[in-house]
Amino acid sequence: MSEFEPQIVAFFCNWCTFTAADLAGTSRLSYPPNLKIIRVMCTGMVDPKFVIKAFLHGADGVLIGGCWPGDCHYINGNLKARRRVANLTEVLKQYGIGEDRFWLRWIAASEGTMLQEVAKDMTEKLKQLGPSPLRNLGQIAV
Amino acid sequence: MAKFAKVSFKKDELNKELSKFFKGMLSNGAVDAVLTPMAQAKKGVRLSLVTSAAHTAQVDPFAPVAAVSGAKIASSLTARPSGRKVAMVLRPCEVRAVVELSKLKQVNLEDTLLIGMDCLGRYENTDFAKFQEQGGTSESFLENAQAGKTATNGFDITGACKICEFPAADKVDMRLCALGAESGAVYIEALTEKGEQALEKSGVKGGGAPAGRDEAVKKLAAARTEARDKKFTDIRAEITNFEALADKLAPCVNCYNCRVACPVCYCKECVFVTDTFRHTGDQFMMWADQSGILKMPNDTMFFHLTRMTHMSLYCVGCGQCTSACPNGVDPMPLFRACADKTQARFNYQPGRSVDEELPLAGFKADELVEVTGQVK
Repeated sequence: MSEFEPQIVAFFCNWCTFTAADLAGTSRLSYPPNLKIIRVMCTGMVDPKFVIKAFLHGADGVLIGGCWPGDCHYINGNLKARRRVANLTEVLKQYGIGEDRFWLRWIAASEGTMLQEVAKDMTEKLKQLGPSPLRNLGQIAV
Repeated sequence: MAKFAKVSFKKDELNKELSKFFKGMLSNGAVDAVLTPMAQAKKGVRLSLVTSAAHTAQVDPFAPVAAVSGAKIASSLTARPSGRKVAMVLRPCEVRAVVELSKLKQVNLEDTLLIGMDCLGRYENTDFAKFQEQGGTSESFLENAQAGKTATNGFDITGACKICEFPAADKVDMRLCALGAESGAVYIEALTEKGEQALEKSGVKGGGAPAGRDEAVKKLAAARTEARDKKFTDIRAEITNFEALADKLAPCVNCYNCRVACPVCYCKECVFVTDTFRHTGDQFMMWADQSGILKMPNDTMFFHLTRMTHMSLYCVGCGQCTSACPNGVDPMPLFRACADKTQARFNYQPGRSVDEELPLAGFKADELVEVTGQVK
């Protein structure tokens, strides 16, 4: 049997983390292909519904990547995102989707290596954790 | 310093005596209108907006029923203000929801005189009809409930009330106090300057303070807090994963009544009834294709989880969601248990203060560092 490959939905902000992913690419830093990157203009526009929907459709992990506090292109979108993530984490944690599957990370445009590290790290941890419990549920119940 | 006025009443005359207070406030211009529970023509008790002193005879503020959350009515009346002063008699949960809605700019407290009533619980709408048929009155309810007897012939106060740790309202101008009052009396308490003026104008006065009130409130709150914590433990043991949550929500038909009834579901238009969720046939087919099967209507759990992220921080635990559910889902314990977690995360308590910022309306650069765990 082949090794379990986690599906990670990654919401990356256009100005920092997505650019970091671009930099990782041009710098020929390889990172696991488990990340399915969705470019958003800011972490502040990641509606909690996006994350819930991803998990309900069987994503094993969700990674939100944005600018460091103080560096947001829209001044404070990332700070709003942080509160929303804290709030949503509390909701999901009750039913078994904890901080190990739902990550928010600050990765600046220049931090291509950090992007590589985070991607590797998350993929590795999710491999150990195994598939999301929601995978078995399918669309029968949700 | 709080001021009290005693309202003594003979048997079956509680509402008659209380109506004098409202009549006095209206005829002496303390307020222009009163929003209070009133007996309807034949049966039932509903919040009614009274602008004429001649129509105060039917008041019934202690009736153990709340067919609709008064906070929603308060919002209808004041979100686009009339400019006239309204006294609102509300249950403690409704008052707390009003405080939240005022921060969301959906209630305007400027011309409002908030009167909180001591709440020993409410019956479901249908149970209250039975209660009245069996000859139950607010007086008999107050007497029995204070002795711990809320259950009558096959029904009891709602599950939400049984675990509500707020039997008395804070953040109000006045209070109608029944807890700890001697038999045959209730008290009207003025807590703010606005309240004191209104009490004076109403013409009701004298009689000292209810001696046993503080202790009675504390005792009831403690008992209900204990029941609440037990309920939390039970629901958390029962629903540990999404599968159990799906089972719990299995009877849900996506009618969204819980959201309509919720006083703090604040979106003016719920996203679940917008075009965002008006999918094409193609889209449904695509989802069905993913695992070969799709439950319809879909997005049931999606709806409830989204609602948790939206309103659990402001959940006052009124239980209107459970009352509104036509299929017996009982969302109240789910949402209260969730609210307990989210509110603790932000050290927030809905209804505590009008000056406290809504957790999702603000942000700081140097907070919640543990979310990312990164330090520059």
